[in-house]
Amino acid sequence: MADVTLPAAGLRRRPATLAGVWAYARSHVWFLIACAVALAYVLAAAFAPWVAPHAPTDQDMMNFMSPPAWGPHLLGTDSFGQDLLSRTIYGARYALAIGLGAVAIGAFGGLVIGMAAGLSGGAVEWALMRFVDALLALPSLIMAIAFISILGQGVDKVVLAVGVALIGPFSRTVRGDVLQVKAQAFVEAAGLMGVKRLMVVWRHVLPNVIFPLAVQATIRVSYAILVSSGLSFLGIGVTPPTPDWGLMIAEGRSFVSFAPWIAGVPGAALAILLIALSVVGDGVREQFDPKLKKEA
Amino acid sequence: MAAALAIPRSDPAGATPAAAPADALLRVENLSLTRGEKLILDDVSFALKRGATLALVGESGAGKSTIALALIGLLARPQVGLDGRMLFDGADLATSSERDWLRLRGRRISMIFQDASSALNPCFTVGAQLMTPLRRLLGLSKAQARKRAVELLEGVGLSDAESRLDAYPHQLSGGMQQRVMIAIALSTNPELLLADEPTSALDVTIQAQIVRLILDETRKRGASCIFVLHDLALASQACDEIVVLYGGQVMEAGPAETVLREPLHPYTVGLKACVLEIDTEELEPLPSGSPSFASKRPGCRFAPRCASALEKCAGEKPPLIETRGRRLACWNPVA
Amino acid sequence: MAWFAARKVLQTLMVLLIVSVASFSLLKLAPGDPVQLMLGSEYSPEAHASLMAQLGLDRPVAEQYLRWLGGFLVGDWGTSFISKAPIFQYAFMEALPVTLTLAASALALAVLIGVPLGVLSATRKDTGWDAAVATLTLTGTSFPSFYLGILLIWIFGVKLALFPTLGFVAPWNDLWGGIVHMTLPAITLSTYFLAMIVRLTRANLIEALEQPYIAAARARGEPRWRVVWVHGLRNVMLPLVTILGLQLGALLQGAVLTETVFSLPGVGQMMTSAVLNREYGVVQAGVMMTACLFVLTNLAVDLAYPYLDPRLRPR
Repeated sequence: MADVTLPAAGLRRRPATLAGVWAYARSHVWFLIACAVALAYVLAAAFAPWVAPHAPTDQDMMNFMSPPAWGPHLLGTDSFGQDLLSRTIYGARYALAIGLGAVAIGAFGGLVIGMAAGLSGGAVEWALMRFVDALLALPSLIMAIAFISILGQGVDKVVLAVGVALIGPFSRTVRGDVLQVKAQAFVEAAGLMGVKRLMVVWRHVLPNVIFPLAVQATIRVSYAILVSSGLSFLGIGVTPPTPDWGLMIAEGRSFVSFAPWIAGVPGAALAILLIALSVVGDGVREQFDPKLKKEA
Repeated sequence: MAAALAIPRSDPAGATPAAAPADALLRVENLSLTRGEKLILDDVSFALKRGATLALVGESGAGKSTIALALIGLLARPQVGLDGRMLFDGADLATSSERDWLRLRGRRISMIFQDASSALNPCFTVGAQLMTPLRRLLGLSKAQARKRAVELLEGVGLSDAESRLDAYPHQLSGGMQQRVMIAIALSTNPELLLADEPTSALDVTIQAQIVRLILDETRKRGASCIFVLHDLALASQACDEIVVLYGGQVMEAGPAETVLREPLHPYTVGLKACVLEIDTEELEPLPSGSPSFASKRPGCRFAPRCASALEKCAGEKPPLIETRGRRLACWNPVA
Repeated sequence: MAWFAARKVLQTLMVLLIVSVASFSLLKLAPGDPVQLMLGSEYSPEAHASLMAQLGLDRPVAEQYLRWLGGFLVGDWGTSFISKAPIFQYAFMEALPVTLTLAASALALAVLIGVPLGVLSATRKDTGWDAAVATLTLTGTSFPSFYLGILLIWIFGVKLALFPTLGFVAPWNDLWGGIVHMTLPAITLSTYFLAMIVRLTRANLIEALEQPYIAAARARGEPRWRVVWVHGLRNVMLPLVTILGLQLGALLQGAVLTETVFSLPGVGQMMTSAVLNREYGVVQAGVMMTACLFVLTNLAVDLAYPYLDPRLRPR
C-alpha cells in the first residue's frame, strides 16, 4: 500500500537557529507581518512619551467623548476628556510589562517546581504533581481573582497574581522535559557516583529544560496579557486612572451606545496585539517544538 | 500438484494470450501509471476469465497493490496519471467517474486488505461493519441483515458468530479479523474479488487456511479473484494464472503450472529458487526515488540486478512475446 | 478497568482536597479581621469574643478546617455579611445556574458549528475555503472575548437593535426570553471554542482519513459523505472530548468575563463584587465551585474513554 499513500511530511525537529527562524519568516508572510506588528507595540511602549501626542491622564475640558477626527484627538477622547490615542499607546506599556512580568514569575515558579518534581521522583514528585494538578484545576483568571482578593489591586499585584496563576502549566511542561532528559543523562552518568553523578545530571538537565521553557514563555505572553486585561476589565485589577486597556474597555462599555470608540480603540489595540502574538507564537512553536503542535 | 495432471494448454495459432477469450471478466490493456515523475506501472496487460483466479506476484514496489487499488478506483486520482484501459465486463474502469464507482465498489468488485486490524474501523462493531453493505447495497432489513451476517461469519469459519457481531475489531485475533474482512468482501456476492496480500499480516500457520478460505468462497460464488502475493509458490498453488511483475513491468505471465514448473525469466527463476532470499540485500527492489526509475527509461527494469543480463538488456526494453505457453519479456531467457 | 477508575477517582479526590486546603487558607491569609468586618458598627470586645467562639475561630486551625470542610460538603457555606443571606443559596442556587446556562449554550453552539466547519476544512484541505477558515480560527482563538462582546452589543444591540444587550432571563421560566437574552453572550463565549473545535476536528480528521479503514470503507461501497461523517468523525471523538474537558477551565474563565460584559448575575459577577467588598467567603465559594466543576468534568471524561474509544475496552 506504500504505493498509494504519499509519504507524509514527517515531523522532524529542525535545528533551532536564528537562521532557521529567518528562513521560516521569509516563507511565511503573515509571521513576518505579525513580528513587525509586535515590534511596533514594543517600540510604542518604549517610546510612549515621545510617540503619544498627549500625556495619558491629561484632561481636555473642551472635548469630552469627542469622536475620532482629524485634529488634536485623532482617535477621540473618553468621558474624562483624556486622549484615547495617547492612553492606548501608554496602555501598551502596561500590557507588555504586566504580560512579561507575569510570564517571568510563572516560568520561574514552573522551573523550580517542575525541576524539583522531575529530579526528585518518588513520593515527593507525586505530591508536587498533585499540587500542580490543584493549580491546574482553577482557570488562571479565577485563581488570579482569588489572589487579588488577598493582595489587593494594583499593577504589581496583578503581575504577581497572574504570574502565580501561570505556574501550574509551566511546571507540568518542565517536569515532562526533565523526565525525558533525565533518562538520557542517567545513562551517561551511569559510571559515576554521588556528587559527580548529580553534577552530570544537572549539567544535562538545565540547558535542555531552559530552551523549551523559553519557547513556552514566548507563547504564553499573549495569554498573560489576556488574563491581566481581563482582571482590569472586571474592575479588580489595575486601578484608574492608569491607562490600562482592560480598564479603558470597561469604561467604554457603559458608553457603547453613543460613544463606541471609547471601548473600540483600546479593544482594537488589545485584539491586534493578541492576534499578532499568537501568530508569532504559532511560528515559534512550529520552528522549535513540533510535538507541541498537536496540543493546540 | 502432480505434473502428470497438468493439462497442456493449447494456443490457437494467431491468438496472442494477451487478447483475452470472449468470456473475460476483466481485461487490463497497456496500463501505465505515473505519480509525479515516477513511473509506477509500465504497460501492464493481463486478462481474467469469469470464475478464474489470477495472482500478481512480485516484490514490494513492483506495483501489484497499485493495480489492485486502480481496479477498485481508490487511487488518489489528481496525483496519479493513468494511461491504458481496464475493461471490466466491457466498461472501462480507467474512465469511470465516482458515480460509476459507487455502483461497482462493494457490489461487483470488492477488496480484502493486507492488514485487517487497520482496515476494520476500530470504533465500530464487527456487526455494524458487516451489516452496512448488506443493508445499504442489498437493501436488507435490520433483522435480515443480522441473520445474513451470522451466516456469513459462520461461512468464514468463525465460531460463536452471533456474539462476534457485537465485538469490536480489537477484541478479535488477527486471523479472525481477516475472516471478518473476507465475510464483508463476499457479503454482496461480487463478481471480482481483489485480495491484497491477505495473509501477510498473519501468523504463518494460518496463512494457508485463509488463502484456502478465499478460494473456496469465491469458487462457491462463481466469482473471479485476483490475489496480490509475493510468494510465487503460494500463488501458483492458489491461482490459475500468474503475472510476475517487477518495477511496474510484466516480466512473465501465464498459466500457473507452466510458469512455476518451467520459469523462463531470470526474475521468476529467482523468485522460485530463493523464496527466502527475497528480503535480502541482493533482491532489494530499486529505490523508487532513484533516477533510473524516474522516467520511462529504456531497457529491462530487472537488468541491473539480473545475473544473466546482456549488454542489450539495459538499452532496449524486451517486448512481451508469446513463447512456450506464456508471455515473456526477456532478451536472455533461462534455458 | 475498575483499577483505572479507582485510581482516577482517588487522584481527583486528592486534588480536590488540596484545592480545599488552599481555599480554606485564602480565608486565613486574607488581610483584616473577618469577625470585625461582620460585626461592623456593633463592634465591642465582648461581641468579638463571643462571635469568635460562636464561629469556632478560637479552635485550632486543623479543627477549623475540618469543620469548614464538613460544612462545605453539606451546603453550609457561611453567611454573607453584606446581605446576611446564606452564601450557598446565593452562590450555588442563584449564580451557578446562570454561569452553567451560559457555558452550556456556548459549548453547544461551538460544537454544532465547529464540527461541521472542521469537517469541511479537512475535506477541502489546502483550498481557499480552508485558508479562510484557518484565518478565522486563528483570530477566534486569540480575540479577547470581553471586547468581542462589546462589539456584538454595539452591532446587534445598538446598531441593528436585534437583541437585548443586558441581563439574564432564566430559560426555565421564559424559554424564548431566555434564548433571546442568551444569544449574544453565548456567541461571545463560544468564539474561542468554536475556533478550537474547528482546528482540532480538522487536524484529527485529516489524520483519520488517511487510515486504511477509510479506504476499506470506500472499497465496500460506502459513499464519500458516509466515510467522512461516520467513519472518520467517529474516530475524532476521543481527542475532541479530551481537549474540551481540559478546556473547561477556559470556558469558565471566559464565562466570568462574558457575564460582566452582559451584566449576567453569574459566578463571575459574584466573585468580582466579592473581591471589591472583601467578602472572602464568597470568593472561596466561587473557587471551590469552579475547581469542583473542572475536576469532576475531567474525571467524567477519563471514565468515558472506553465508551468514546472501544479500543480502550477490555479484550
